[in-house]
Amino acid sequence: MSNATADIRLALEDLRSELIAAYDSTRPCITVCAGTGCCASGALDVKAALDKEVEQQGVDLKVDLKITGCRGFCEQGPLVAILPENILYTKVKSTDAAQIVSKTIVAGELIDKLLYKDPVTGEKLVHEHDIPFYKEQHRVLLHDSGAIDPTSINDYLIVGGYKALAKALLTMSPDEIIAEVKQSGLGGRGGAGFPTARKWELCRKSPGDEKYVIVNADEGDPGAFQDRSLIEANPHSVLEGFIIGAYAIGANQGFIYIRHEYPLAVERIKIAIEAAREQGLLGENILGSGFDFDVTVQLGAGAFVCGEETALMASIEGYVGEPHARPPYPAQSGLWGKPTNINNVKTWATVPYIINKGAAWYSQMGTDNSKGTTIFSLVGKINNTGLVEVPMGISLRDLIEKIGGGSPSDKKLKAVQTGGPSGGCIPERLWDVPVDYDSLRELGSIMGSGGMIVMDESTCMVDIARYFLNFSRFESCGKCTACREGVQRMYEILDYITRGYGQEGDIDVLEDLCASIKAGSLCGLGQTAPNPVLTTIKYFREEYEAHIREKTCPAGVCKELITFYILEDKCTGCSLCARYCGDQAISGEKGSPYVIDSDKCKRCGVCREVCNFDAVVVR
Amino acid sequence: MAVDISNIDKIIDKYGLQQKGLIPTLLDIQSEYHYLPAEAIERVSERMNVPMIQVYQVASFYKVFSLEPRGKHIITVCMGTACHVRGSGMLVDQISRVLDIQPGETTRDMQFTLEEVNCLGACALGPVMVIDGKYYGKMTVNKVEKTISKYMEKEEVVDE
Repeated sequence: MSNATADIRLALEDLRSELIAAYDSTRPCITVCAGTGCCASGALDVKAALDKEVEQQGVDLKVDLKITGCRGFCEQGPLVAILPENILYTKVKSTDAAQIVSKTIVAGELIDKLLYKDPVTGEKLVHEHDIPFYKEQHRVLLHDSGAIDPTSINDYLIVGGYKALAKALLTMSPDEIIAEVKQSGLGGRGGAGFPTARKWELCRKSPGDEKYVIVNADEGDPGAFQDRSLIEANPHSVLEGFIIGAYAIGANQGFIYIRHEYPLAVERIKIAIEAAREQGLLGENILGSGFDFDVTVQLGAGAFVCGEETALMASIEGYVGEPHARPPYPAQSGLWGKPTNINNVKTWATVPYIINKGAAWYSQMGTDNSKGTTIFSLVGKINNTGLVEVPMGISLRDLIEKIGGGSPSDKKLKAVQTGGPSGGCIPERLWDVPVDYDSLRELGSIMGSGGMIVMDESTCMVDIARYFLNFSRFESCGKCTACREGVQRMYEILDYITRGYGQEGDIDVLEDLCASIKAGSLCGLGQTAPNPVLTTIKYFREEYEAHIREKTCPAGVCKELITFYILEDKCTGCSLCARYCGDQAISGEKGSPYVIDSDKCKRCGVCREVCNFDAVVVR
Repeated sequence: MAVDISNIDKIIDKYGLQQKGLIPTLLDIQSEYHYLPAEAIERVSERMNVPMIQVYQVASFYKVFSLEPRGKHIITVCMGTACHVRGSGMLVDQISRVLDIQPGETTRDMQFTLEEVNCLGACALGPVMVIDGKYYGKMTVNKVEKTISKYMEKEEVVDE
């Protein structure tokens, strides 16, 4: 190590020591979760109100106030945590700001109504770590998410940020880094689980001086938001892993390809890049190692297929996002024909932890073939919607019932959908299987990027299959005939079935089409688009048969097959439904039961929503 | 909004004149005008030396681009899976009825455009409706008309 190198490394460590010395961990700090979820429920108004109160009540010298990234418990947002005690307040409104400052900060008292109430025991829980949603998780990537201000590089340095970068660049050779990652067993977190180190190695060994690396943050799966959340909460961790990977591969230019639908994540990664440049962590001669690397942020323009690596590269080059046949693999011929390596956000973000703590530490988590932890977005018909990080191999049941808190209503949960439009629906009776790449594949689904949508009795599985096919038919780029035409035909058949025009033999035709589309498509989109249909037929065949033979929708979802009724014994004759009905389909006299004219009824469901007595039902 | 060619030129120059600048350039034009005016597409083709058919190909392939002028207020309904199982389809039907337009269309008075988006990643709040960037989470069919009417009456909407 040259002297110059030592000096620069020292500068980073000096800054860190200075920051740590100035940081008083006992000083009260109010943190407001400012992820997309909490912001959408008004977190920024809460922050503004808190700012005002802290000043007005004259405690601005006594207390810090900052935003953090997503804490994951989005259902309960906006979330406010008070440090150092780590008191968690849920569903906070701007009007609560005065009390938070006067009671909790000044007087040290808890505000009972803002505490989380366990839906099972009814007990009020004070700290984040008391809440079952957090207790059962194992947070590695998300560990710092609720603690640091994502717009501050100093916060990241205080928790040990960029230590792994210094270690990798100054004390390890590229081959040593690749060996460490290989030993850890890290698999691609984009969904396929391909060994990360092997991908890096291929790209490193490809001839040529000019190589590229890419962060795939084109998280297009509907119902998945873990990549967005991670970038919003801890952008520097992604960046750090990215720089380490680039060094190991030998790339000097990187791209972060991120959806334009995620404005907050775009803003935060840009701030992080700027700050890293200022600290000499990006640019020329990073930390004096002689390694040059810089990053460009590229926005996706709303095409799901661009999550596929060859389509994504076409998009960066400025063309329509059509995949091409592999080989050649991107590692041989990628962006502008140069060797290129693409990994998912979570894969890059895992790298610093492996470098810091070692491959052995990482590989002890998870199962034999799927190592480490992974992040799921747990959504749908579930109590604790949000972002959870668990070791690979946890059972679906633990994930959904213990962490997710089960069904929010008295309706029974019946299936979980994993892997988005490429995945499948797994019925409740199979929830004891471990969550890893192999087990999910055996069930006909995939791990995917980590979306988990929980469904209950009121979800129609035929409608779900139709929903995903509708998604895939619009997102098919149109290059392969089997995908372009086949998916469209499948959608039409499913649409007929949900509208009561299904015929005997439709299920067989669907299964035939699934096989042809899988065989005749170039990229993952076409190869996996039939999965939602195949799994719903496999596990919920009786629902298809009910639609086709009896022309009924057991879940009460498919509009053409259902009728809205008012239960005479429950209706109080309040006339509310009749006033809301946009079709004048409800009539009656005040005080006596109302009646719905099913010829006029458009089945919009307003009446059921507004009825205070549960008198409107679907048959 | 009339198209000022010098303004378009400014955007084009920002990204250099290479093919890789095409999508960022179009994104900037889209965000400034809320659609891609024909004049702008012509100018991009001419200045960047990309055949017009290729510019149109890109402009029609990616969902974010619109070739038609859009309304003053953009109503976006999230069609992600989580929102779907919580009834976002019914929301779209209701908005369509209230405004008498289908998804992708703009009202005749150019006030509202209704759009569907694959997923906004705000799944905990589903179903989600967004008007001009303001999120309305846990929307119900019966709140649709009232919420939209706020944007009909006033020019500026004050946050609650």
